[in-house]
Amino acid sequence: MRFWGKVITITWKDTLSEIRTKEIISSVLVFTLLVIVIFNFAFAANREIMKLVAPGILWATFAFAGVLSLNRSFVPEKEQGCLEGLMLCPVGREVIYVGKMLGSLLFMLVIEMIALPIFTFLFNLPVLSLQMVTIALLATIGFVSVGTLFAALAVNTKARELVLPVLFLPVVVPVIIGAVEASRLALAGEPWSRLTSWLGIIAAFDVIFLVVSYLVFPFVIEE
Amino acid sequence: MKRSILFWLSLALLVVALYLIFGYAPIEQTMGIVQKIFYLMVPMGWLALLSFLTVFVGSILYLKTKAPKWDILAYSAAEVGLVFTTLALVSGSIWAKPVWGVWWTWEPRLTATLVLWLIYLAYFMVRSFTAEESRGATFAAIVGIVGFIDIPIIALATTLWRGMHPGAVIFKGGLAPPMLLTLLVSLAAFTVLYSFILRQRISLRNDEIEIKKMKGL
Repeated sequence: MRFWGKVITITWKDTLSEIRTKEIISSVLVFTLLVIVIFNFAFAANREIMKLVAPGILWATFAFAGVLSLNRSFVPEKEQGCLEGLMLCPVGREVIYVGKMLGSLLFMLVIEMIALPIFTFLFNLPVLSLQMVTIALLATIGFVSVGTLFAALAVNTKARELVLPVLFLPVVVPVIIGAVEASRLALAGEPWSRLTSWLGIIAAFDVIFLVVSYLVFPFVIEE
Repeated sequence: MKRSILFWLSLALLVVALYLIFGYAPIEQTMGIVQKIFYLMVPMGWLALLSFLTVFVGSILYLKTKAPKWDILAYSAAEVGLVFTTLALVSGSIWAKPVWGVWWTWEPRLTATLVLWLIYLAYFMVRSFTAEESRGATFAAIVGIVGFIDIPIIALATTLWRGMHPGAVIFKGGLAPPMLLTLLVSLAAFTVLYSFILRQRISLRNDEIEIKKMKGL
């Protein structure tokens, strides 16, 4: 119980600073909208093509948005010396990982909750369904599990904004493949049983990388 | 002088493997002479995996002990592994041209290999973007661990995503005994060559570090 209390404190700190600055959610939302609009030009959308490429657009957008918001989760900490403060706290480094990870998860989910209806509206697709929400939740957990680890790593390198996507995108390829394929099936109105193998892959990724990141995170921010 | 033994052994085995590939193994019925690339591509893929296993083990040991020798092992294996991964991609694409008519196809194993290649490219990027040497080694070790654990998930995802590989068909008991023998000898030859190159790279890396120390201090 003590562990979760500390974790929630860190998550709450991030949430509070986000509520006050609205930095991540507002900027990433605008970015998301822009990417969707640009993809729309890229595929010169007619209805039939859109149906084929929509899942790809959706997850490419969320992957890029994820990179952006994960980067922001550690950059201000580093710039304002907050990371040192966090490390001085009498909590384990794992606690910092779980706290930051939950914060990023929360922001990503809020962004997706706003972006999905926009997507539905712009592309005339039934994106809002229980299946899609499940896929989004699982895939987002996958994104933030390794994303938080890599963001903490990237912020300690010379080219912060560059290192995160280079690390993050190849590693989350299984999540992107799984999410795109599962969304394609969900949008085609397939039953849950067709989705299970894809959801299984994403869920396995989530569990494995939550554990691995939890274990190696202390090495990233050691002095 | 164990290194020279490795060198001559790998040379001899490679000559034997070459003879077996072109003089002994029968020509495959449907794919013809092109199928000979198979004896080169499989060892490349195997060595790529072996390298990344070495990187994985070296990285874990480095994080645990912080002894530079483990980082040197992981770094050298990653570099040699990146070369073999590149060769696997190149030979795979040379094979794809006559068989599928295109240089590149998003076939599961090629795709998975490409993703791997990108991950291990990041391994070196992280290192070069980090100011302190020891920090870069720690970060690279983390990439080495995460990357290796990711391999089976990537393989599973890409296999589900696309169809079957001709290799998978060949392995299902369809490989003629002379072909199997050739493949095994080729695998052995390249594995010995690999251990020679890896040892060479490790001693080179040691010298590099030595020189850096002399220059810096």
